[in-house]
Amino acid sequence: MQLSRRSFLQATTLSGGGLMLGLFSASRKLTAQNAQQGPPPFDAKAFIKIAPDGTVTLVARNPEIGQGVKNMLPMLIAEELDIDWKSVKIEQADFDPKYGLQTTGGSRAASNNYMPMRQVGAAGRQMLIAAAAKRWGVPESECFAENGRVYHRPTDRSLGYGELASAAAALPVPDLKTLKLKPATSFKIIGQRTMGVDVPDIVTGKPIYSIDFTLPGMLFAVYEKCPVFGGKVKSANIDEIKQLPGIRHVFVSEGTIKLGPVLDGDPGLEPGIAIVADSWWFAQSARKKLKVEWDNGPAASQSSTGFAQRAQELSKSAPQRMLKQEGDVGSAFSNGSRVVEAAYSYPFISHAPLEPRNCNATYQNGRLEFWSNTQLPARARALVAKHLQIPEDSITIHLLRAGGSFGRGLSNDYMVETGYIAKTIGGPVKLLWSREDDMRHDYYRPGGFHFLKGAVDSSGRLVAWQNHFVSYGDGEKFSPAASISPTEFPSGFVPNYLLGASVMPLQLKTGALRAPGANAQAFVFQSFIDELAHAAGKDPVAFRRDLLNQPGEKLVAGAAKPKVENEPATTKQAAKPQAYDADRMLAVLELAAEKSGWGKRKLPAGTGMGIAFHYSFQGYFAHVAEVTVGPNNTLKVNHVWGVGDVGSQIVNPSGAEAQVQGAIMDGLSEIMGQEITLEGGAVVQSNYDKHPLLRMKNAPQIEVHFHATDHEPTGLGEPALPPLLPAICNAIFAATGKRIRELPLAKSGFSWA
Amino acid sequence: MAFTLTVNGRQMTADVPDDMPLLWVLRDVLKLHGTKYGCGIGQCRACTVHLGGEPVPACLTPVSEATRAPITTIEGLSADGTHPLQAAWREMDVPQCGYCQAGQIMAAAALLKKHPKPTDADIDAAMSPNLCRCGTYVRIRAAIHKAAGTSAA
Repeated sequence: MQLSRRSFLQATTLSGGGLMLGLFSASRKLTAQNAQQGPPPFDAKAFIKIAPDGTVTLVARNPEIGQGVKNMLPMLIAEELDIDWKSVKIEQADFDPKYGLQTTGGSRAASNNYMPMRQVGAAGRQMLIAAAAKRWGVPESECFAENGRVYHRPTDRSLGYGELASAAAALPVPDLKTLKLKPATSFKIIGQRTMGVDVPDIVTGKPIYSIDFTLPGMLFAVYEKCPVFGGKVKSANIDEIKQLPGIRHVFVSEGTIKLGPVLDGDPGLEPGIAIVADSWWFAQSARKKLKVEWDNGPAASQSSTGFAQRAQELSKSAPQRMLKQEGDVGSAFSNGSRVVEAAYSYPFISHAPLEPRNCNATYQNGRLEFWSNTQLPARARALVAKHLQIPEDSITIHLLRAGGSFGRGLSNDYMVETGYIAKTIGGPVKLLWSREDDMRHDYYRPGGFHFLKGAVDSSGRLVAWQNHFVSYGDGEKFSPAASISPTEFPSGFVPNYLLGASVMPLQLKTGALRAPGANAQAFVFQSFIDELAHAAGKDPVAFRRDLLNQPGEKLVAGAAKPKVENEPATTKQAAKPQAYDADRMLAVLELAAEKSGWGKRKLPAGTGMGIAFHYSFQGYFAHVAEVTVGPNNTLKVNHVWGVGDVGSQIVNPSGAEAQVQGAIMDGLSEIMGQEITLEGGAVVQSNYDKHPLLRMKNAPQIEVHFHATDHEPTGLGEPALPPLLPAICNAIFAATGKRIRELPLAKSGFSWA
Repeated sequence: MAFTLTVNGRQMTADVPDDMPLLWVLRDVLKLHGTKYGCGIGQCRACTVHLGGEPVPACLTPVSEATRAPITTIEGLSADGTHPLQAAWREMDVPQCGYCQAGQIMAAAALLKKHPKPTDADIDAAMSPNLCRCGTYVRIRAAIHKAAGTSAA
């Protein structure tokens, strides 16, 4: 990616004589609108601070949620700046439009930052070299930088960056286009395993998370919402609660949300009762004594069984609308030698990060100040401004480390609640959701139903694919994260293809969970492809290889293209589909087969191997799983081989490997027992006992391989997850002959061995 | 009422209701934030501390019970972060989000006291009560082996 021509580097002198180097844009217009639609343009952003004593501080601009971005971004700067990584100090940026694009989502940190952050570092290096050359009266070409010093080759002189910082700050800033970036072969920091910068604080229990943050005089709040989304308080024993120990404030909110057949991604302030106390335990204890009569509202008629029945009914009619149609599936089904039909479904699931939603805020003189673990501070500020009627420029947001997020922090309902409570009490407060709040008021990964029909010809090739997708939404609009891309694989790889959709209105918050869309669709499509492989009498790897070799138009979802910094948010280019690079997928498929010994190992009875691949979030991944299924459907996952292609360069191999290991574990949590169900409009599951995470005794051995290709480096937070689920299901089939078409596995009687 | 607790070798007093969980006494009253809240029902064990050397979930331990023995939290595991497990956690770069890791390290420290040379089965038994949402289990196991000077099976 390239920075726009409007970007230029600018240096300012720090008080005390240091250098501050930023990436500036000629114009700045950040509005709520473009914060919603795309990245803000670059504005002043100090990435590098060099103190006179030589201490280098680098600023990491994106929210850190455990994905390691607080290492990766400074590593890119440090590499080009030529400093010793071990001596660098790293600061988390506050949210400020001057820092440019500050988001965590879509696995975009690598592609959005790989060039711009290196350019910042290279500009710093060049300015320091220029300052040294000037002082010595020698040509810059005779100087070089290394480990925080500039050296003059012929005379063997050197100066530390701290000694040069003030002089460097006074020099003209190099043109971005003239900056020389290092070739990858010269990298000393990029490509090295580096420990997470916060690990020393984590292992000693330092208070670095949002939940740990305190302010003088801070009060602690809970916010009781109706178990049914959107329900309002009819009456409550507020006066009684006010008398309980440690209680300072109790008040009822009508909320600002609007109910409808399709909700906004972030609908605003939900109705509820705020209880504010001297400690969180007092607030939470008082809450247990609340007696509330709720007006549940229209969402109370919803149930999971009702949705499943309605989906079955809808499947019997033609789809409400066609999303893509190529060739003629009808005649292909008549002529195909084998036709397979199958219905797949998957449930709503919850993000369930271990740190429950919480946020800190104070309100003074019309200004709201937040300390938050949000993933999208720009959107959070716009949302708070809209729902609490506070101008955006009166809202500040400091970013704190999140104890996991997985997409939960893309939605900022909890920040609106915190802001509302702070504004109401006029002082500092921490809102902390209980685990039960967190699980019952999430933005759930939407469930879905796929009614599939496929055909293979006499040579065993896939010739027809038909999918009636039953999802949630209204008319042409899908509920948030409940859509499907018309170009999703195997679109473009099969001559006769039909994708239609029908939707059911939903009054429940839904949203992006790690690898949204892909985390469900990969299970369906890669499982059904496995069914078709078996129908064709072909080895699952060979069938997939043939499929990837199909000629035709190969496009993937528009969301795949990274948003380019400084690109106007309105350009259509941002939504332009990308080509699906079948060769990249073929290579990871072959490597996964090779590393796992696919087809070459003799497995005992009850043990089987499954393979699956999926492209999402710019990453190509194939996983192989080896499982053993014992008596009573007890499942042991013995080994998972994860192979990915995320471009030419892994920035931090330790962090990258961790993301793949974590995605595999995450997928195993999802596959066995996670399911959110609705009864009477309310979420049934409220804690980890009913929406379980994988435990160590059930964790498999994992082998991770990256296949480097000559493409720009892309992200890893998401793409390693989707193929895990079908790889497991396909392995279960190989081990037992039992085809899994519904998740979670517990519904089919499975449990961990 | 006032309770006197021994936390990390120091006597501390908290004037709180007797059913207040140790977790909230540590976090909100004694301002020791290393011990984390995750579930409140003993399912995730992010709040693991040592009570008389045994790992307990602080969210299920009422303050009235916590007076019976000395308490060690992550802040008191070592004076300067040099416990072999803390060193191994750094070396293996275990944490992702890191939120569960104080509880993981406290559970592992209790394990190593009982089994200085744990097998994989020992590790599974001792560590499975502790959830990691990010899925760092491979590295937790490796780090425990590293600290113990043992190798994986």
